[in-house]
This record gives sequence, C-alpha cells and structure tokens, in this order.
Amino acid sequence: MSQPEKKVWERKDLLGISDLDVWEIELILDTAESFLEISQRDIKKVPTLRGKTVITVFYEASTRTRVSFELAAKRLSADTVNISASTSSAQKGETLIDTARNLEAMAPDAIIMRHPIPGSSDLLGRHVRSSIINAGDGAHEHPTQALLDAMTIRQVKRNIRGLNISIIGDIAHSRVARSNIHCLTKLGASVTIAGPATMIPLEAEKMGVRVVRTLGEAIQGADVIMMLRIQRERQGKVLFPSDRDYSRFFGLNMENMKDAKDDVTIMHPGPINRGVEISPEVADGPFSVILEQVTNGVASRMAILYLLIGKGGSDEAAA
Amino acid sequence: MAEQDKYVLKQEQANLIVSRLATQILEKNVNAADVVLIGMRTGGIFLARLIQEKLRQLEGADIPIGVLDITLYRDDISTTDQHHFVRKTEIPFSLNDRVVVLVDDVLYTGRSTRAALDAMMDFGRPKRVQLAVLIDRGERELPIRPDFVGKKISIDESERVEVLFDETGTLLGAVIQQRERTPS
Repeated sequence: MSQPEKKVWERKDLLGISDLDVWEIELILDTAESFLEISQRDIKKVPTLRGKTVITVFYEASTRTRVSFELAAKRLSADTVNISASTSSAQKGETLIDTARNLEAMAPDAIIMRHPIPGSSDLLGRHVRSSIINAGDGAHEHPTQALLDAMTIRQVKRNIRGLNISIIGDIAHSRVARSNIHCLTKLGASVTIAGPATMIPLEAEKMGVRVVRTLGEAIQGADVIMMLRIQRERQGKVLFPSDRDYSRFFGLNMENMKDAKDDVTIMHPGPINRGVEISPEVADGPFSVILEQVTNGVASRMAILYLLIGKGGSDEAAA
Repeated sequence: MAEQDKYVLKQEQANLIVSRLATQILEKNVNAADVVLIGMRTGGIFLARLIQEKLRQLEGADIPIGVLDITLYRDDISTTDQHHFVRKTEIPFSLNDRVVVLVDDVLYTGRSTRAALDAMMDFGRPKRVQLAVLIDRGERELPIRPDFVGKKISIDESERVEVLFDETGTLLGAVIQQRERTPS
C-alpha cells in the first residue's frame, strides 16, 4: 500500500484530533492493530522504547486512561513516572509552565497530561522539548479516546466510511464527544448527536453533525451508538432534573434497543453510570464492545508513544 | 524493475533452491512434527510459504507457519532518522520445545536475525532455532551463521539484493540493484 509520495510522521505532540490529517489518523490505527498482539503474549513486553522516560501528570482523576498509558509505556520498555498534581495549583497558567520546566529538567521523552483547562496541553507543547500527549484538556479534546474508539469500530465494522454513528449524552461538556466527532467525520462517517437541549452545544451543526432531539431518532438506523457518561463533576449547574429523569429520556435500555439495527454496536468510554445513561443489560449485552475499547486503549497508546518518541512513522515499510 | 538490474537467481534456479532448502530442513530435523516455520517480513513470509508447500509434498507434513515483524526489536530505532512502520506479528502457536526455522530472503549484516532471535525468546523457549535464507550476501556485523543457505553471493556495499515475488507469492528470482538508502 505504498503511496506515490512517502509520508512521514513528523509531529512532536499529540494535542488533539482536529489538527490531524486523515493519513495520520490511519497510520496510528494501522500501527495500533499491530501492537494488539503484544498484550496477548505471556511476556507482554518489547524492547522498543528502552531507555526512554515517560511522565504522566494528571490534574484530574482517572483510572483507565492513566493505567492504560502507563501499561502502554511499560510494554514498550519505557520507564514511567506518575505525578499527581492538585487541582488548585493548576488553576494558574504560570504554575503549569513552571511545573513543565521542572519536569523538562529531568529530561523525559514524553509528558502525558490531563488538565481541566482547555488548551493546557497546547501551552505545554510550546514550552517544552519533550513530546506532549493530551490525555484530556477540559471539555476540549481527548484524542487517544477517539483513536481507540475508531480502532474498535474498525475492528467490528471493518470500515468507518459510510457508517451512521450516534453520540448520545452531554455533548457540550464532553471532550470525548468533541474528539470523536472530529475523528469520525474525518474518516467519512455520518455523525448524529442527541441529548437534552442543555447539553447540546450551540451551533453544533457547524461541526458537521446532525442534531436530533430524541433518543429514538438517534437509535434508528445507527450502525454504532456511543453513549457518553453523565459528568456531574464537569457541570457547573444542574442540566437535568434527576438521574431518573435523564434515564427515562436518554438512557439506553433493552426496550429502546428494539428499534436499533440488528447489527448495532454499543460503545461507552467509561466509567459507566449503570442505570443512568445505559442499563446493565445493554452494557453487558452482546452488542456492547465496552471492554474491547479498554483493550484497544493500550494498543493505541502504544502506537502513539511509538510514533512520537520511537521514530516509527512512515506509511510504508523500509526495506 | 530497471533495465540495468542483473539477475543473480533466475526463476527456475530459485525454485530448485527452495526444494533443496526444504530437503535439507528435513534431513536435519528427522522429526518433522517438531518443526515450525517463522517467516520474517516481508520476503521471508513468501519464502516460508514455499518451503511449507515443499515440505507438504515431500513429507505430507503440515508444518505450522508464523509471521514475524522485527521492527520493534531493531537496534537502530533511536539512532537513525528512518521511520519504520510496524506490521503485524502472527505466531498463533506455542514455540516451547519446537524447532523453529527462521526464514528470511536475504542475510546480510545479521542484525535482523539478532532482532528475530530476541523476539523468539519473548514467545517462549524453542528447543532449537535454525536459520534458512535464500541468499547470503556475507559481510556479517554480528556472530550469526545460517543453517540453510540457498546461494552465497558477494556484492558491493552500494548494491542491494532484491528477491522478487509476484502477488500470488510465486518466486520470480533475485536481482541486484543500486541501493538508495542505508542498510536495514
């Protein structure tokens, strides 16, 4: 599959999906598929990033993403250091750059950061020589989540082009939704969003998506349904009356799944609020790929680390 | 393929050599049931499939075949500016106590073989590892020695050997070309 002109990965940072070209997204996904096998071995380690140092800095709570990044780095033989920083010290832009400079002084090859302020990883990327990987910056982007989601959809549906994909829930506050909308539309899917009116961003259509008002419309004809977590911690105010109320109108359950396509795929970035946005029967049911998403998370983060700090980036094999 | 390419192996000769390699593998490994073939991407895969087919004809044995991509085990990942795309490794069987025949189309510095040996060890503990190559062009940089060699050649550093297969995996021969890039 060599192309007339050889394209080479030259990015230092992974800050978001919005500035990635389609070939770059596809390179990450193809590379990630090759990395899947490593986690299935008895000896889950390759020597590729031996001697590289990866620091994770999380200014927000996380289990899945941080463990996933740490395992990805370790399975590539990089050394990892985890730093937890308190939210209060992160509120000042100066402090973040100071932290970054201090980290830089310890010569890491990559810094993986989650931070509540949108654009914080871009800021970091401009101030340090290390590769910056955005593990979520406020409601802005969460690129690795979108990449592992795309990888999972490709596994199930083979091709993303032409698929109808519905994203349901708190779109306005969701970096997962934002990164996924960029990623899936770039890869040629038709994306529909649905949620309570208070959770749909103004001028959402400008992102190239279809906005529908009800869960039923979003379920009908969808090849993939992506449920979002209701994020109480990210809302400044109450956007819906109660969990029960939310569940009644926007919760996916066995009853409203009857209108879904026979081969529908159900996704959720986790952690799930059982019985709120998704019922246990659906989350654990045969159409759910929620745990595959987690498995693919490690492989796609390995691919990203390899591309950014392992110099692994052409779109064709060397001789 | 450019006009000035010269054949070091014509198609007929190359296929005779594959038959000989298969025979030699059988000679050396009396118990063919222990043997597995691991083809090193990309040329080694085609070659391993041809050897597998010959072994089937000779012995009626169905020898398992795996595919190895050595990219993640290369020793020049962080020292060169070349970019290497990672392809899939597929070894869907245990290597413990098996005789692994590593198959590559061209043996040169031995660095790819070193990488492959390291990868093997991550997949288990083979009883024995043997190396089969279609062409040995010498000039080793590591203490690596093949067990089965199709043809030895000696060519200039500025040249490279290309073993040619068509899309169906038919072996078409081997040519010498001017090298464009540094050795892999």
